[in-house]
Amino acid sequence: MFLKEYIKDVVGGVTSLLKGMRKTGYYFFHPKEIITEQYPDNRATLKLAERFRGEVVMAHDANNEHACTGCTACELACPNGTIKIITKFDMTPEGKKKKAIDTFIYHLELCTMCNLCVEACPTGAISMAQNFEHSVYDRNKLTKKLNKPGSKVREGVE
Amino acid sequence: MFSLEGITGTVQNWLLNTFNPQVALLIECAIVILLAISLFAVLGLVLVLMERKVAAHIQIRLGPNRVGPGGMFQTVADTVKLIMKEGLTPDLADKFLFNLAPFVVMIVAMLLLAPIAFAKNFQIWDINIGVLYVSAVSSLSVIGILMAGWASNNKYSLLGAMRSGAQIVSYELSAGLAILSIVVLTGSLQISDIIASQQDGWWLFKGHIPVIIAFVIFLIAVTAETNRAPFDLAEAESELTAGFHTEYSGMKFALFFLAEYINIFIVCAIGATLFLGGWMPLHIGNWEGFNHVMDYIPSSVWFFGKTFFLIFLIMWFRWTFPRLRVDQLLNLEWKYLLPISLFNLLLVTLIAILGWHF
Repeated sequence: MFLKEYIKDVVGGVTSLLKGMRKTGYYFFHPKEIITEQYPDNRATLKLAERFRGEVVMAHDANNEHACTGCTACELACPNGTIKIITKFDMTPEGKKKKAIDTFIYHLELCTMCNLCVEACPTGAISMAQNFEHSVYDRNKLTKKLNKPGSKVREGVE
Repeated sequence: MFSLEGITGTVQNWLLNTFNPQVALLIECAIVILLAISLFAVLGLVLVLMERKVAAHIQIRLGPNRVGPGGMFQTVADTVKLIMKEGLTPDLADKFLFNLAPFVVMIVAMLLLAPIAFAKNFQIWDINIGVLYVSAVSSLSVIGILMAGWASNNKYSLLGAMRSGAQIVSYELSAGLAILSIVVLTGSLQISDIIASQQDGWWLFKGHIPVIIAFVIFLIAVTAETNRAPFDLAEAESELTAGFHTEYSGMKFALFFLAEYINIFIVCAIGATLFLGGWMPLHIGNWEGFNHVMDYIPSSVWFFGKTFFLIFLIMWFRWTFPRLRVDQLLNLEWKYLLPISLFNLLLVTLIAILGWHF
């Protein structure tokens, strides 16, 4: 019946609006929910969201070893050419040639923090750091080498 | 006990004793103008800050908190900035209309202040058609908006102004019908009569469900009439940059901005007067003791408390609901609000005739 539909429409609309107002009203009367950070004042105690992505870093352990095999999966995954990997061939003790990473170049100024490279990495060598204070006076400083000098790939990582 | 009535009485007596009646009247007019303008300035500062704070807390933010304690002087700083800025007039604009428009909007807002009762016996002009006057004058502001939109020679401004025209003309109807339901119950258009009729309880409580429906419809319609979200199609930042005041800058923009907030205050004051008893304290029937305790709170506090409660409600709407499309806006008015308020008016009339209200 038309009238029944009409009243149902109105009641449904009003209840859904009230539901929204209840949510926002809850936030208004509960100031503890506020998530604003007083950023420059609380640098030391800053709490960032768990999934906040600041820049790509490569983890090195105490022996200056990383997990990057130089497979270039991250370079292929990157949508805007942020990553450039230069590979070289190392000699294994058995006298075989083995592909290894020479330089991992990361253009921070091009990076959109999309996380695709981290997802593409088969060995978990790179990850997203939460550091976000990237501003520098010279553009060249934004082009970073992620593997530390003298570092090599960890034993057993293929 | 603090009362504004006492102050005005003292001032009038002193003026009448010191000057002859004509001069005293002129001086009183000057005082009223001064008070109205300073009320506008203070309201502008307070309401803008309130809006920003309410918005921030609803969106789990803090809002302005750097200028002064808790950001209290933020709006003062903003006003100083706006005064310093250049009031630019576009080259191809209709200069006369362009410069006139903000003043039309502002004057309409000022005219609306006249019949509002701020406290017991504290009213600029207790006109016997007060409610009619308010609904008549408030629809004039659309002329200022159309003027601004047309004279700016800007497509966004024109679109915004045309939308605003369609919107105000439609929603005027249901606002008028909601106001009419109280007029039917009271039997008078005079603001002081309407307030006096709520001596033993506010209409919102006395009039059963039909008055509550009228109150909700009134709130929706005035939100639309003041061009506020979710009905801010006239401004619609994301579609029309700023709608009808896109081309305005400096103090001329500030006047539009101020007029918006003054209009909110005025419609909320009207709503508080009609449905929540204006300055009338919360009285419940014949509970003498309770009523007497409530009378100790000054009437101006009651008035401003109710008005600011309604303003808070309207701000709550703004920061909760998404904006309507034009067709949805007109659907809501013509297919829902208008039939419901017409039927509701019938119910209220029935209640008034049969004397079912308390």
